[in-house]
Amino acid sequence: MCLSVPARIERIEGDTAICSVGGATCQASLQLLEGQLPQPGDYVLIHTGFAIQKISEEEAAETLRIFEAFDELNQQLDEEERQTGQRIV
Amino acid sequence: MKYIDEYRRREHVLALADLIRRESRKPLRIMEVCGGHTMALRRFGLHSLLPDHIELISGPGCPVCVTSRQFIDQAIALSRQPEIILTTYGDLNRVPGSSSSLEQEKARGGDIRIVYSILDALTIAAQNPEKQVVFLGIGFETTSPATAAGILKAQMAGLFNFSVLSAHKIMPPAMAALIDQGVNLHGYIGPGHVSTITGSKIYDFIPQKYGLGVVISGFEPTDLMQSVYMLVRQRETHRPAVEIQYNRVVTREGNLKAQQLLEEVFELRDDWWRGLGVLPQSGMAIRTRYADFDAGKRFSVEIEPTREDKGCLCGEVLKGLKKPTDCKLFGKACTPSDPVGACMVSSEGTCAAYFKYVTIQ
Repeated sequence: MCLSVPARIERIEGDTAICSVGGATCQASLQLLEGQLPQPGDYVLIHTGFAIQKISEEEAAETLRIFEAFDELNQQLDEEERQTGQRIV
Repeated sequence: MKYIDEYRRREHVLALADLIRRESRKPLRIMEVCGGHTMALRRFGLHSLLPDHIELISGPGCPVCVTSRQFIDQAIALSRQPEIILTTYGDLNRVPGSSSSLEQEKARGGDIRIVYSILDALTIAAQNPEKQVVFLGIGFETTSPATAAGILKAQMAGLFNFSVLSAHKIMPPAMAALIDQGVNLHGYIGPGHVSTITGSKIYDFIPQKYGLGVVISGFEPTDLMQSVYMLVRQRETHRPAVEIQYNRVVTREGNLKAQQLLEEVFELRDDWWRGLGVLPQSGMAIRTRYADFDAGKRFSVEIEPTREDKGCLCGEVLKGLKKPTDCKLFGKACTPSDPVGACMVSSEGTCAAYFKYVTIQ
């Protein structure tokens, strides 16, 4: 019920976006979006036939960057553990 | 697929699990209050990556599961009116009422149609001017803005053979009620898509009044593990707060246009929640100025006396007090193909998640 899917806007007809979701095409009403309407190429979150939010590309990339940092930190700690032969924390 | 696959990388999930194991010392009981989170946590087996002293408990975040049986009975009564075409999201179709279900009514010839969007219900109303089309409005703040938009669209289009039976609810009163009713928790994984609409500000009272943290999470494995990690840090540093992990779609203020539509069409009322009872100002009633589109006001139908199943523990499961496997009916008298309680019916229900992903392990 609360499942929403990220979709790429292919084109816009009136207040409806024609979107691509994992290769399938679907329509989404843009009625619930505020401010500047999204453009083709933008990603939106679709729920029950309505785009409920534009997906922030910057924030999405930032979250992934944080995950990469966790990964690096973990590798460092693993390396230290290998050298000392004991759990650090 | 963009914004999904990138958040499923196994090594990131394991790295986060490792960080959690290193930094978490204190017992931590976290509740997720969104059915989507319940399913994702089970599907990706994330419980098994956490140390024993971190407990993830499922809460009342499946809209179908908390909907009252009386609402189902009312929908069934409406579907028996010859002039009515009943339209509903698929989730409600198999939920047992007191003596029937929408699926059974359809088999008996009731005109019940499953729609993907309220816009489909409007199309049906336009195509069937001699009929009355009733849409069952269920769900939290993620779903209710679409219902509000649908009602406004019907009014603009002059579709006065369209109306909504509303069981829409809002999430914060349930999160407060759980703590007030004594459920032992240290933090919430906040609902991601509800918060897309409401913004994170609606949870500010939880750290302020109750001293519990809330982390609003996305639905992919790395999102959820990061959210658990954020709650671990809050707990270890004694700093409960509202934080947004899912910041690619959630902001502090939320979707203001959707909030305006909700305010325009709905007003709060006391409402009944399965497992939690009546919670003040937790349900969304259609405002009097849109009474023409309120099926509850337009159609007076006789509703059968509500009969609850004895032995079904859905209520306790929704409060996180019992596990699905504690229920005598689970996997025996109650299965996804023949459900007794709503928690087994909905794909986002805790019992359905357990049945699908836990008992088969």
